Amino acid sequence: MAVVNYLTIPKHIFDEMLLHCKEAYPNETCGILAGKGDEVSKIYTMTNTENSPVSYFMDSKEQFKAIKNMRENNHTMLAIFHSHPSSPAYPSAKDVSLAFYEDCIYVIVSLSASGGKEQPEVNGFLIREGNVRSVSLFIHD
Amino acid sequence: MAVKVRIPTPLQRLTQGKEDVEGAPGTIINLVTELDKSFPGIGERISEGGKIRRFVNIYINEEDIRFLQAEATVVKDGDEVSIVPAIAGGR
Repeated sequence: MAVVNYLTIPKHIFDEMLLHCKEAYPNETCGILAGKGDEVSKIYTMTNTENSPVSYFMDSKEQFKAIKNMRENNHTMLAIFHSHPSSPAYPSAKDVSLAFYEDCIYVIVSLSASGGKEQPEVNGFLIREGNVRSVSLFIHD
Repeated sequence: MAVKVRIPTPLQRLTQGKEDVEGAPGTIINLVTELDKSFPGIGERISEGGKIRRFVNIYINEEDIRFLQAEATVVKDGDEVSIVPAIAGGR
């Protein structure tokens, strides 16, 4: 699978991702961004089965359903997002060690500024074999 | 008709890019062992010491094997097995 080095996200999907993260606050939450090439066209907001402010584990049943839905729509899983309620938008050691999807961009939404009441910080990364590399996220109307 | 095994993208470099491969009927752990003979290295990515790794989910058709008989769950010709690495992390 070709690896994308940046991601293009429609604003309504970007906003839905931020809302999902804010609604879960002070816990972490997660989801999937899917589409074709570098263009996101679908968001799957998921449940964090750990209900924790410091960790997440995507509901595996929801994940399985999303994978089937992506296949039916001829979409690719382009990105995995999760929130950091109280830490910066940068992968933690645990994020890096559990980054099995090396072809996906890991998007991290930090709500650490005023509990997410201010504009969250959002960054994207490729994580491969323990190495973290920043990638650009382009938001458009 | 064999068992169809869906390989997730993180493991497709071990299957020469194949998204689907054929699996052996029998228990899931036997299927993983047999897969490793065709695609060396895939076994240890999925299992450890005869157990499926915590961060790997396996489905038979629509059912998570953890809600069946786990590693001892039997698959038969015509079944579809999906290997799905978990998505997890945390600060």
